[in-house]
Amino acid sequence: MDLIVCLKRVPQTAEAEVQIGPSGKEIVRDRLTFDMNEADSYALEEAILLKEKFGGTITVISLGLPDAEDTLRIALAKGADHAIRIKAEDFGELDGFKTASLLKDALVNVKFDVLLTGCVATDDSLYQVGPVLAELLGAPHATLVGKIEIAGEKAHVNRELEGGLIEHLEMSLPAVFAVQTGINEPRYASLIAIRRAAGKEIKLLGKDDIPSEHRVNSTLEKLFVPPAGKRAEIMTGTADEVSARTASLIKEKGLI
Amino acid sequence: MILQSQHKEFQARVRRFAEQEVAPRARELDRTGEFPHDLVKRLAELQLTAVYVPKEYGGAGLDTLHYAIAVEEISRSCGSTGIFLAAHSSLGVFPIFFAGTEEQKRKWLIPLARGEKIGAFGLTEPDVGSDAAATRTTARIESDTYVINGTKRFITSGSIADVIIVTATQDPSKGYKGISAFVVEKGTPGFSYGKDEEKLGLHGSITSELVFEDCAIPRDNLLGSEGDGFRIFMETLDGGRISIGALALGIAQGALDAAVSFSKASKRSGKPLYKMQPVQSMIAEMATEIEAARLLIYHAAALKDSGLPYMKEAAMAKYYASTIGMKAANMAVDIHGLCGVTDAYPAERLMRDEKLMEIGEGTSEIQKIVIAREVLGK
Amino acid sequence: MNFDLTSDQKMLQDQVRKFAQTELAPLAPEIDKSGEFPWPSLKKMAKLGLLGVIVPEKYGGSGFDFVSLAIAIEEISRACASTGVIVAVNNSLTTYPILEFSSEELKKKYLPQLCSGEKIGAFGLTEPNAGSDVAAMESTARLEGDHYIVNGTKRFITNGGEAGIYVVFAYTNRDLKHKGISAFVVERDTPGFSVGKHEDLMGIRATANCELMFEDVKVPKENLLGKEGDGFKICMNTLDVSRIDIGAQAVGIAQAALDEAVRYSKERKAFGQPICNFEMIEALIAEMATEIQAARLLVHYAGFCKDKGMQKFSKEAAMSKYYASDIAVDVTRKAVQIHGGYGYSKEYAVERLYRDAKILELYEGTSEIQKIVIARELTR
Repeated sequence: MDLIVCLKRVPQTAEAEVQIGPSGKEIVRDRLTFDMNEADSYALEEAILLKEKFGGTITVISLGLPDAEDTLRIALAKGADHAIRIKAEDFGELDGFKTASLLKDALVNVKFDVLLTGCVATDDSLYQVGPVLAELLGAPHATLVGKIEIAGEKAHVNRELEGGLIEHLEMSLPAVFAVQTGINEPRYASLIAIRRAAGKEIKLLGKDDIPSEHRVNSTLEKLFVPPAGKRAEIMTGTADEVSARTASLIKEKGLI
Repeated sequence: MILQSQHKEFQARVRRFAEQEVAPRARELDRTGEFPHDLVKRLAELQLTAVYVPKEYGGAGLDTLHYAIAVEEISRSCGSTGIFLAAHSSLGVFPIFFAGTEEQKRKWLIPLARGEKIGAFGLTEPDVGSDAAATRTTARIESDTYVINGTKRFITSGSIADVIIVTATQDPSKGYKGISAFVVEKGTPGFSYGKDEEKLGLHGSITSELVFEDCAIPRDNLLGSEGDGFRIFMETLDGGRISIGALALGIAQGALDAAVSFSKASKRSGKPLYKMQPVQSMIAEMATEIEAARLLIYHAAALKDSGLPYMKEAAMAKYYASTIGMKAANMAVDIHGLCGVTDAYPAERLMRDEKLMEIGEGTSEIQKIVIAREVLGK
Repeated sequence: MNFDLTSDQKMLQDQVRKFAQTELAPLAPEIDKSGEFPWPSLKKMAKLGLLGVIVPEKYGGSGFDFVSLAIAIEEISRACASTGVIVAVNNSLTTYPILEFSSEELKKKYLPQLCSGEKIGAFGLTEPNAGSDVAAMESTARLEGDHYIVNGTKRFITNGGEAGIYVVFAYTNRDLKHKGISAFVVERDTPGFSVGKHEDLMGIRATANCELMFEDVKVPKENLLGKEGDGFKICMNTLDVSRIDIGAQAVGIAQAALDEAVRYSKERKAFGQPICNFEMIEALIAEMATEIQAARLLVHYAGFCKDKGMQKFSKEAAMSKYYASDIAVDVTRKAVQIHGGYGYSKEYAVERLYRDAKILELYEGTSEIQKIVIARELTR
């Protein structure tokens, strides 16, 4: 089974204070740490599990700056066979569509049965690249995938919907799955695997290799921290007191 | 072992020069308080006056690590010569290198880098120390000149400098955004000197008061744009911290050298001093902390040379090297016993020289705030 | 030295950090309380290759260098000090002397077991009456036919109660003083060998620190490391290597204390603002961060000297051990201080870290011994 996993290197912003740079369109990268996007690490693990079950090869690909190679190398250490970096520095401004179309052109000669992405990148939260890439490749896709089972030419996948619902799909391969976190338990690379991965080649694709025009459908105007809103009122008391207060507030504000 | 190939060779070269030509002068400079113009000339001949500046601008075309090594090695032999070198290279040369136009570089950077002219940095004021944003010196535009008024204090090499970078505010209400940096040349009308300071140590370096009374300078003497002063001096101080760290390290190493050689040459109750455990304990502490300081400084320099952020690391290097340097100098005096407080031995001079390192270019307390804010992600 | 880590060192650091923070850190308070030896964690670490970091692949190890080992030990200790010591002892006090001083047969026999976690290693040097003064040891080994007969008692042996393979030191010829000491590999199930009392320690409480008793223990002749009388040399060389890793443990524990202090100082409010806004707290944080960075560089530098094949790196190793342990005690104390009264409570990790740090200044040569090593090198 031939597998492709799309990986993104993203800043770890859960505990850091994010500052906006002087251009107003980017965050200050200096003191942030970067790592594999969380959902992508589950996609990678899912690919490794499928490879362990069915054999085949895994190609990992990342559209990123040179430090994305650190992320690709970790993927190689964990079990990927080939790695490609599309040189983000060559392609200017990106959005979900342009990212997907660059990935598509970069993967034009790579055969696959299953292509996996994380369902969302934590930096821009677009949820787009997986589905758009699937459309460009003409492959069926599923998002928010929480379970994958392959039988013959068919995949059975579960999608996690709002409200705890699960949607079960049967799909034909090749297919694209945008994987939800928690689908498996990502492994750690062993030291020997790390040492072997350190010497592996990472294929680079730049503007000479992907020459066709790529456009963005959306342009970033500015990044900003929203101004603090007026304070919400948290009502306490018995149900009667709270409902009375709610009713009077609604009238007060002229909402009805 | 910390250094490899080219840096190691450079270190050996500077050390040889320092031991042969600088060290023999240290005691005399300390006693007389004379400025070693002849040594400045030798530093220039050896291309040590602007180690990190590209050759096309008169420098040696080497990196920050080379520069830190140069300051360390010179300071190991003589703190006064070391502080001249650090102030000239980091404070006099750097702002023009960093913010100057091509024309300004040709006019001032090249002669400064070649050591034909001496540079200084006029930032500190009588009531404004580490909080540089509170600058009171003013600059106002008058036809095609800036007119500067104010007083600068504790300026290293101030009264002998040919070229001085001066910070002044054009609008005190704007705080740090109102500060600009200007180049003032020696002899400009309205620019005069107060008294040179009498100091605890570093007697062979000049520390001056600069007085500006309606001192008019050409508009072309502005560095960067108006309001860039804060950015320029912050960057200058970041780099300057590496060199002050190297200076503190060099003096500390000098103190260890002195302590080791004294302990080997002296006996107490028939036993060589260096075999006594209290002395061993002090020597081990000094040596360990000096090695740690050296690693911090070289690390900060290596980060700067790789184009990576180094503000925190430079502040750590400066704070740590000066703190342990003072401790090392103090221990060196202790190991010398009563000899340590006489000028027959270098220990007391090193202790006096080292004290400034905890204070100049941002006190230890300021460095700690810089470090903490980085660590805390503020 | 290279201030940048290599690509594989960076990956190792990344993966070990994630593993340790996810799998080891949650267990740290638990095993501190119970004193239970963390076998399940060790099995997981064996799979990742962390029990044989410097051992070549052909003996079942990972084939990394000493700087890499220090990085791994730092990250493990940052998550759990007890686990950090256990792993350090297995790597630098057991696999290292076997790798460096034993015959090919012994390497093939013992290293794979130590790397796979099938057995864990321990280092039997210290005795009730012989700590830093190694030559004062009383254990003896006399050759009888194909075996050495070992007698004596060892004390304060990390991993002692759970180990399967011990590197043990004993006199083969007392007249030769320290030149009469030899080193042996002893297996746990050898008749006459027994484990004595389990020490009730202040910190690193899950390390199975025990007394070992040898009563006419028959050790095969071929289990001698090096030659007869090489023991002292083997011991000193092994301790040099191991001191780098004590330094790494210290850096890890200190870093954990700084992590806790930073987090707490941002959350805790006093006089209407987070305490991290107070300059005295900032000063403590800055001092801690600076000392940790200095210690880390000293540790990496000592590892670098070993990796470069420097014959004598005792001074560098001693500096890293002495300095890092010294600042670890200082940094953990400051972290407790920043926590105020809460820092004295087991509810917060700094209480444990403060206890865990103290041993670093004591074992494998007290700070005073390290200082003598350093001073001697400088005044030769």
